[in-house]
Amino acid sequence: MSGLAAASYLTSTGEAVQFWILAVVAVAGALGAVLMKKAVHSALCLAGTMIVLAVFYLANGAYFLGVVQIVVYTGAIMMLFLFVVMLVGVTAADSLKETIKGQRLLAGLCALGFGVLLTAGIANAALRDFDGLGQANAGGNVQGLAALLFTKYVFAFEITGALLITAAVGAMVLTHRERTGPAATQRELAERRVRGGKQLPPLPAPGVYARHNAVDIPGLLPDGTPSELTVNPTLRARGQIRDVSGEALAELAALEQRSEDWLERDKRRAGERTEEGAK
Amino acid sequence: MENLIGTLVLVPLLGAGVLLCGGRRLDRAGHWIGTFAAALSFVIGVVLFADMLGRSGEDRELAATVFSWVPVGGFRADVGFQLDQLSMTFVLLITGVGSLIHLYSVGYMAHDERRRRFFGYLNLFLAAMLLLVLADNYLLLYVGWEGVGLASYLLIGFWQHKPSAATAAKKAFLVNRVGDMGLSIAIMLMFTTFGTFAFGPVLENADKAGEGRLTAIGLLLLLAACGKSAQVPLQSWLGDAMEGPTPVSALIHAATMVTAGVYLITRSGAIFDGAPDAQTAVVTVGAVTLLFGAIVGCAKDDIKKALAGSTMSQIGYMVLAAGLGPIGYPFAIMHLVTHGFFKAGLFLGAGSVMHAMNDEVDMRRYGGLRRYMPITFVTFGLGYLAIIGFPGLSGFFSKDKIIEAAFAKGGTEGWILGGAALLGAAITAYYMTRVMLLTFFGEKRWQPAPSPEEPGAEPAAETRGEGRMPHPHESPKVMTIPMIVLAAGSVLAGGLFSLNDAFLTWLEPVTGHEEGHSPVTAVQVTTATLVVLFVGVALAWAQYGRRPVPVTAPPGSLPVRIARRDLLQDDINHIVLVRGGEHLTRSLVYVDHTLVDGVVNGTAAAVGGLSGRMRRLQNGFARSYAVSMFGGAAVLIAATLLMRAV
Amino acid sequence: MNPVNYLYLAALLFTIGATGVLIRRNAIVIFMCVELMLNACNLAFVTFSRMHGNLDGQIIAFFTMVVAAAEVVVGLAIIVTIFRSRHSASVDDAGLLKL
Repeated sequence: MSGLAAASYLTSTGEAVQFWILAVVAVAGALGAVLMKKAVHSALCLAGTMIVLAVFYLANGAYFLGVVQIVVYTGAIMMLFLFVVMLVGVTAADSLKETIKGQRLLAGLCALGFGVLLTAGIANAALRDFDGLGQANAGGNVQGLAALLFTKYVFAFEITGALLITAAVGAMVLTHRERTGPAATQRELAERRVRGGKQLPPLPAPGVYARHNAVDIPGLLPDGTPSELTVNPTLRARGQIRDVSGEALAELAALEQRSEDWLERDKRRAGERTEEGAK
Repeated sequence: MENLIGTLVLVPLLGAGVLLCGGRRLDRAGHWIGTFAAALSFVIGVVLFADMLGRSGEDRELAATVFSWVPVGGFRADVGFQLDQLSMTFVLLITGVGSLIHLYSVGYMAHDERRRRFFGYLNLFLAAMLLLVLADNYLLLYVGWEGVGLASYLLIGFWQHKPSAATAAKKAFLVNRVGDMGLSIAIMLMFTTFGTFAFGPVLENADKAGEGRLTAIGLLLLLAACGKSAQVPLQSWLGDAMEGPTPVSALIHAATMVTAGVYLITRSGAIFDGAPDAQTAVVTVGAVTLLFGAIVGCAKDDIKKALAGSTMSQIGYMVLAAGLGPIGYPFAIMHLVTHGFFKAGLFLGAGSVMHAMNDEVDMRRYGGLRRYMPITFVTFGLGYLAIIGFPGLSGFFSKDKIIEAAFAKGGTEGWILGGAALLGAAITAYYMTRVMLLTFFGEKRWQPAPSPEEPGAEPAAETRGEGRMPHPHESPKVMTIPMIVLAAGSVLAGGLFSLNDAFLTWLEPVTGHEEGHSPVTAVQVTTATLVVLFVGVALAWAQYGRRPVPVTAPPGSLPVRIARRDLLQDDINHIVLVRGGEHLTRSLVYVDHTLVDGVVNGTAAAVGGLSGRMRRLQNGFARSYAVSMFGGAAVLIAATLLMRAV
Repeated sequence: MNPVNYLYLAALLFTIGATGVLIRRNAIVIFMCVELMLNACNLAFVTFSRMHGNLDGQIIAFFTMVVAAAEVVVGLAIIVTIFRSRHSASVDDAGLLKL
C-alpha cells in the first residue's frame, strides 16, 4: 500500500505477494463458479472471487469501490442470487453433460482465441507510464469520487437513478401476477379442502408418535410404521430423513422386557394358571 | 372547292357514326341514311370532278390542310387532303360503285336484323377508303389503310355467328397485319430518309435518296400492297373473305379496298422508279398472282370463290402494270376502274343468283338460270364479256393495254411477262366461261336446300323449311338497278376511256406516261389476245357446255385437287408459318425451361440450399448465438490489433 | 511487480466468465458468470484508474456496479418468471421462437 503514494513503475513486494496468492484464489473461485454442479456452490465460489476482487480494489487505491464491492456486490447481489437459487430449487444439480453438438469445442476455441488476443492486446499496449493514485487520492478517495460524480458525471449519475427505478419497476411488473378473480376467502378455502378430501386437521407434527421431536424424524403410526405426512417433502427429496421406526420397535421390546422383569410374579402366576388350566 | 374535299370523307364518317351510335330507333331508316350518305359523297365527288375538268391539266391538283395533327418539335404530321386526278379517279369509283352497292344492299340485306349496323360499317369503309386515297401524306394514308382493314374485318365477320365467318375475318385481319407492318416500317424508313412523309417532298426527293434505301422502302410498300391486295404470298385471306355478305365482297373485296395496293404502288411511283429491283419484285408478284388467281378460279365450284380467284388474278394484272413503271401506271389504274365496274357487277350478279337459290353457292347445283333471272343473266353476261376482254367492252381495252405494256418492258423479261399475261387472259376466258355455263346454261341441277342454317338474305328458317327446292326468281328492282348500271359501266367504260386516249391524258400529269418499245405491235398483241380468248372459251365450252355437268365434283387429277385447295396456299402457310412457329416456340420454350428457368431455379435452389445450411446455425439455443457473439468479439479484437500492427 | 498483471488477471477472469456463459445451461449460473465478467471489467477499470492517476476509471467501475445491480434485478425477475411458467431454469428449454 505504501508504494501507491509515489508514482512508480513497480508495486511493492508486499502487494506482489498478495497479488500472486489472491490471484490464484480468484481464478480458482472463477473456475469453481463455472464448473460447480450445484448453483449454490457456484454462487459461493463467485462470492469468494468477488471478495478477492474487493481486496484488489483496495490494493489499487479504490477504497470506496472495495468497500462497495463487499457490501453491495458480495453482500447484496450475491445474496439475491442465493435467494433465487433457493426459490427455483436448490436441490437440482445441473448436469454438466453438453447437449449442443460442438458447443463445448467452439466455446473452448473462442475462449482460447479471445483470451490469447486479449492478452496479446494488453501486452502490446503502451502502458509504460504508471502514475499511481497518490495525488488523486490526496483529498480522500471518497471525496475525490464524490467530486467527480457530482460534477463531471452528474448527468450520468442522475440517469442511473432513472435506470434503477426502471429496473425496480420492471422487476415488480415481471414477477407480479395479475389476479383474475376475487381472492378466495378462508371459508371458501376450507370448503375446498373438505370437498377435495384433503386432511382436515393440521398435519401431525414430526415425531409426535415417536419418542423424538426432531423435524427430520417422521412420526410413527400406532402399528409402528412411519407416517408420510409428518415430515417435509423437501427433506425427503434430499434424503435427509432419519427412519427411527426400527429403533422405536427395539426400544419398545426392551421396555416390555423390563416390565416383565419387574412383574416376574405375575409371570409365574400366569404360569400356574396355565398349569391349572391344563389340569 | 378545297373545303369540299374534307366533306367527302366527313359525310360517310358521320353516316357511320350516326348509324353505329344511333341505336335501334334508326333500324327502320338506317339503310336509307347509309345510302344517302354514300350518294351525297358521290355527288360531292361529281361536283369536284366537274370543277377539276374546268381547269387545265397541270392546275387540277387541289390541296387542303384541315388541321395540324401531330405537331411535336420539328415533327409535323397534318391531316391534309390532296385531290389530284389519281385521287379523283378513286373518289368517283369508290363513291359511285359504293353508292350502287349501298342501294343493292338495301334489297340484299332486307331481312337481316342487323342491317343498320351493316350500313354503318359500309359507311365506315367508305370514309376510310376515301381518307386513304385523299390523304396527302403517308401517315394519314396509313390511318385510312388501317380503317379499311378494320371495316373489312367487321364486314367479313358480319355474320359472326357462323364460325367460318368469324375465322375468315380473323384470318383476313391477321394476314393484313403482315402487310400493314410493312407499310408502317416503310413510313418510318421514309421519315428517317426524307424527314417527312408528305407525298410532295418524299416523291420529289426520291431520286436523291440512295437506291438501297429506295429498294428497301419499295419492297416494304410492296409487302403492304401484297397484304391489302391479296397478292402472293399474302393472298390466302381473300378466298375466305367471301364468307362476308355478297355486297361486301363486291365493294371491298373486288372493286375498291383490294385495289388499295395498286393505288399505293402507283402513288409511290417515284420511289419505285428509283428502285429497279423493287420494280422487278412488283412485276414478279403481279405475274405470279395473276396466274395463281386464275388457276384457283378454274378449280372452285363456289361461285364467290371462283370470282375471288378472278379478283386476285385481275389485281395481279394491275400490280404487274404498276410494276412496269410509267409505261404501265395509267393502264393499271384504268384496268382498276374497269375491273371495279365489271367485277362489282359480277359479284352483285352472283349475289342475286345466291339470293334466288336459297344462298346456295355451289355452281354445280345451279344451271339453266337464264330463263328465270333474265336481268341477272344479261348483266352478269355483260360483266363476263367485259372481264374476258371481249372486243369493244371495257376489259378488252384495259387488259389489252396491260399485255402490250408487259411486252413493252423489253427483253426476255418482257417476253416472260407478256407471255404470262397472255396465258392469264386465256385462263380468265376459261374460268369465266365455266362460271357462266355452270350458272346460267345447261340443265337444272338444283338441289333442296341443304340446311336451314344459312343466314342473311333469306327469311327465317321456318318459312323456308328444310329440303325445299329453290324457286329462282328475279331480284327486286333495288338490286337489279345497280347491276344494270354497273353492266353499262362494264360495257362503256373501256371505250370511253380509250377514246382519244382520254384516260391517259387525264392521268398523265400525276403518273406520267412513256411509250414502251414493244417488240410486238399493238395489232399483234390484240390478235394474240383474241386467239387465246377464243381458245379459253372453246376449252370451257368443250368441258362444261357440251356435256352434262355432274352435281358432285369428280375427284379430279392431282393438279385439280391442288388447285381446289387454293394451290396449297394454306398448307404452305401451315407448314412454313404454323409449323415453323411451333418449332420456334418449342425451342424457345425449351430454352426458357432449361436455360432461363435453370438459371432462375438454380439461383433459387442455391439460395434455398445455402439457407438450409445456414438455418442450422439458427438452432434456437441462446448459447449457440452467444458463441457466435463471442467469436465475433474475438474477431473484432483481432481486427483491431491487426489494424494497429499495420 | 508490474500492475499490468492485474489486467492479465482481469482478462483471464473475463474469459473464464465468458466460457461459463457459453457452456452452462442454468440461467442463474450464466447470470453469475456474467457478473464475473463485469467484475473482471471493473478490475481492469480500477487498474487503469491507478495507472493513469485519476479517478475516472473508478467512477466508471462504480457505474458498472450500478448497472449490474439493475441488470441483476431485472434478469433474476425474468428467470423467476420463466421458471414459474416452464419449471425449468435451463436456457436451452427457452427456445419457443425456434421453428
